Amino acid sequence: MNAAAGRYRPPAAWAHALQSAAPLLVAVGVGLLMHFAVQPAVGAFKARVLVDIGINIILAVSLTLVNGFTGQFSIGHAGFMALGGYAAGALSYYGSFRLFGAAAFHGGVLSWTASQGPFHGPWLGSGDLLFVAACLVGGLVAAGAGYLVGLPSLRLRGDYLAIVTLGFGEIVRVVLQSTQTQLSQAPDVAATPWPLLTLKLGGALGFIGLPFYTTLFWVYLAVALTLAVAIRLKRSSYGRAFLAIREDEVAAEALGVHTTRYKVRAFVLAAFLAGVAGALYAHLVGSVNAGELGFQKSFEVVIMVVLGGMGSVSGSTLAAIVLTLLPELLRTVTGSVNTYLPRAYELPDLRMIIYSLALILMMILRPQGFFGLREIWDWRVRRRPRPA
Amino acid sequence: MDTQPLDPLMKLVQTLLDGFAVGGMYALIALGYTMVYGILKFINFAHSDVFTLGAWVSWVLAARALRLDGVADAGGTPVWAVPSVLLGAMLLCGAVGFLIERLAYKPLRAAPRLNVLITAIGVSLLLQNVGQLRVVFGPYPKSMPPLLPDVTLLHVAGVRLPVVDLLVIGLPLVLMLALEWLIFRTRVGLAMRAVSYNTQTAALMGVNVNRVISFTFVLGSALAAAAGFLYALKYVGLKQPADTTWVMLGLKAFVAAVVGGIGNVRGAMLGGFAIGLLEFLGVAYLEPLYRDVYVFAVLILVLLFRPAGILGRSSVEKV
Amino acid sequence: MTPLLEVTRLSIAFGGLRAVQDFNLALAPGDLQGLIGPNGAGKTTVFNLLTGVYRPAAGEIRLAGRRLDGLRPFQIARAGLARTFQASRLLADLSVADNVRVGAQLRTRPSLLGTVLRTRRHRDTEGDIEARTQRLLETFGLAERRAELARHLPYGDQRRLEMARALATQPRVLLLDEPAAGMNPQEKLALRELIQRIRREFDVTILLIEHDMSVVMSICETVTVLDYGVTIARGTPREVQGDPRVIEAYLGVAAPPGDA
Repeated sequence: MNAAAGRYRPPAAWAHALQSAAPLLVAVGVGLLMHFAVQPAVGAFKARVLVDIGINIILAVSLTLVNGFTGQFSIGHAGFMALGGYAAGALSYYGSFRLFGAAAFHGGVLSWTASQGPFHGPWLGSGDLLFVAACLVGGLVAAGAGYLVGLPSLRLRGDYLAIVTLGFGEIVRVVLQSTQTQLSQAPDVAATPWPLLTLKLGGALGFIGLPFYTTLFWVYLAVALTLAVAIRLKRSSYGRAFLAIREDEVAAEALGVHTTRYKVRAFVLAAFLAGVAGALYAHLVGSVNAGELGFQKSFEVVIMVVLGGMGSVSGSTLAAIVLTLLPELLRTVTGSVNTYLPRAYELPDLRMIIYSLALILMMILRPQGFFGLREIWDWRVRRRPRPA
Repeated sequence: MDTQPLDPLMKLVQTLLDGFAVGGMYALIALGYTMVYGILKFINFAHSDVFTLGAWVSWVLAARALRLDGVADAGGTPVWAVPSVLLGAMLLCGAVGFLIERLAYKPLRAAPRLNVLITAIGVSLLLQNVGQLRVVFGPYPKSMPPLLPDVTLLHVAGVRLPVVDLLVIGLPLVLMLALEWLIFRTRVGLAMRAVSYNTQTAALMGVNVNRVISFTFVLGSALAAAAGFLYALKYVGLKQPADTTWVMLGLKAFVAAVVGGIGNVRGAMLGGFAIGLLEFLGVAYLEPLYRDVYVFAVLILVLLFRPAGILGRSSVEKV
Repeated sequence: MTPLLEVTRLSIAFGGLRAVQDFNLALAPGDLQGLIGPNGAGKTTVFNLLTGVYRPAAGEIRLAGRRLDGLRPFQIARAGLARTFQASRLLADLSVADNVRVGAQLRTRPSLLGTVLRTRRHRDTEGDIEARTQRLLETFGLAERRAELARHLPYGDQRRLEMARALATQPRVLLLDEPAAGMNPQEKLALRELIQRIRREFDVTILLIEHDMSVVMSICETVTVLDYGVTIARGTPREVQGDPRVIEAYLGVAAPPGDA
């Protein structure tokens, strides 16, 4: 799995500090590039697609940490996304009321979507700090839920764990959809203490009116950090422990791997990232509704991971990109085909049917997914066994 | 549903009846899960969609084939309508179950269980979304035409018991008795039990394992179809095939199978009624919004403290 | 001298089957002992009890005075008791090197932050793991195949990889479960030398389960014989070979006196 066929050569001394700081520097660089160079070049519609792709990449890579790296089959991932979205939304929405008097945008250029018109403010506004805090809180709340669910469930056998995670996703949906009506007047918000505010998240109508902060910058900052974490994790003792659990739990334990602890860690980390993705999503569309983040969404992410290769960071990323673009492509194709067909014979949205067929065929023909455990950059090493 | 306040006894009786009715459906569906798990050791995720299929096929047969769509009451409905719709649904779903096993699961007999689970998810999604195509059942909710007259047969402690309820409670019991006889008193049932203990040994003893597996799928699917038919009769309003409601019902039936002891037929029957009663007791006496949460809470508790279920036996993995 | 591994009255039953009854064993540091018996005698069950896969119904296991019974397998591994498996349990889709690395990383405590930020502590630890892995691979003749997937190795190499992996955990006691299974006579000869070399070079105490008498008799100092979970004989290979109870257990019939 370590691509280098030769020995491990430690890098030169001066490179060490750079290596430690690299993820953050690269992430900021990527974010700025996307926001200031790519967005104006491609226009508002395509920029929105890029944002969707970014969020799906975070979801897919986070799920591959659990399903792929440790081999634990979790199919309730959207539940973490929902929790993250609601928690982040609560902080930014009610926090905006408390700090600024209204749930309006108070950010800087980095959070301003160019399609909304020209903006002449600072790079970072106070609202941005609130937004970042909200995203982190969203991730932490989701991570906490991941811990609560993971700890008891991870000693269950594969198929049982799947059902429990599915059930968890549905429980989250039900609970979030039974919250109380949200407050929309500043005096009401000021008068209500925080613990009670967290109960007023909109109920079945969803949590609306969230300020729009998500831009290409923030999303791709998060994407780059997620990828850095996943890639660095995979090529380390920490990641090897995950993979050993996936390969053979009994053997892993015999080799000293604390399997329960690592399984929970993978689960919690994946939940955190999904929570951040949910937070980004909530501030992209300005609302979050748990009803839309049920098992359908969970399955979409599962499909990405399964098709791309469970345990492959690059595979999951590519699958996320392809499967986010596919619906757009399909819509265009069916749309133009439909102009030639009479109303009664119009092609419906075939997306889910294509996905499910792809899933079934993939399991029969190539169960490890497109990439399996390998990464795109592992391809230069041949893995054929040498002739005897 | 009555909106006038019921006195405590009436409320209890109504709750028990409702719980028992839905419990019978859960039990029928749970049997399919548990039988497949018993012989193949995997959770047939797509099983709940066979239940949905059963309900919708019942609608198609009643509304289209029998031309009863839009009929206000069962006044002019022939007596043979109920058995023919039921049988039609059971046969069709049995065939679908057979096809699913042959096409999607059989190629994966030797594969890790996780792969089959993923395939089952794929089949489930496929069934749901194909069902929603306009050429099939369409993406809109429909109403099941009444097949039985709205005649009250009994009054139990002041609660009315219409004919429908009698069928909904009675049919599962009849089917379960038939299944009990089949599994424990016939050679086919013996073959099924042999395969569930040890597939290879059963094959060595001359059991046609493939045929037993197919038969189990057909049987489970037919029972799920019967549950779907009963659901359509009692609850009338059918949501579109990919709607969450169906998945939740199937999931609760799965919980019933686990609670009773997965792989154990009597456990599935017991579990079905237990979960049905639990759900409706929760709805009646606690917060109705959380009906699904109660069921899942039970699942988690069972998996934590008694994973083998009420009637199941735990097995030790050989290292 | 206090024994390094001390097992007293170890027992377990599965339902009505008493798989292991009153098993006792003492391994002194540097010992090379064998555990033999007909199929189903309970030998692997003893290993599973020692390594924590099963919880004993009765009895004690002590490693250098510390009680191991009741601990989880990973804790027992960390205490210094390593094993190989009867049916190969390699991490099949990982490389040869990674298999060994998983063992070599046993005593490390990686942190998420350290891993992501590639701190000095992380780099030093990984470097140490690399060095030890490379040495082990060279010792076992697997260095050239380090990047290959474990599933692609020929059978003999796979068995050696299992041993290398177990040794990477720096154990004090090594349990080998049928290391000679599936080997031809030349391979078995090489295995005998390898085991003795391991004992010397890695300063490890070895207990092995084997069916092949040429291996057991030639290298084991003491041999324990199990039959239906009960210890029926213990002694030097020669003593055990001639014991009529042992012959009866294997052949099912009491040998006439004079047949050794």
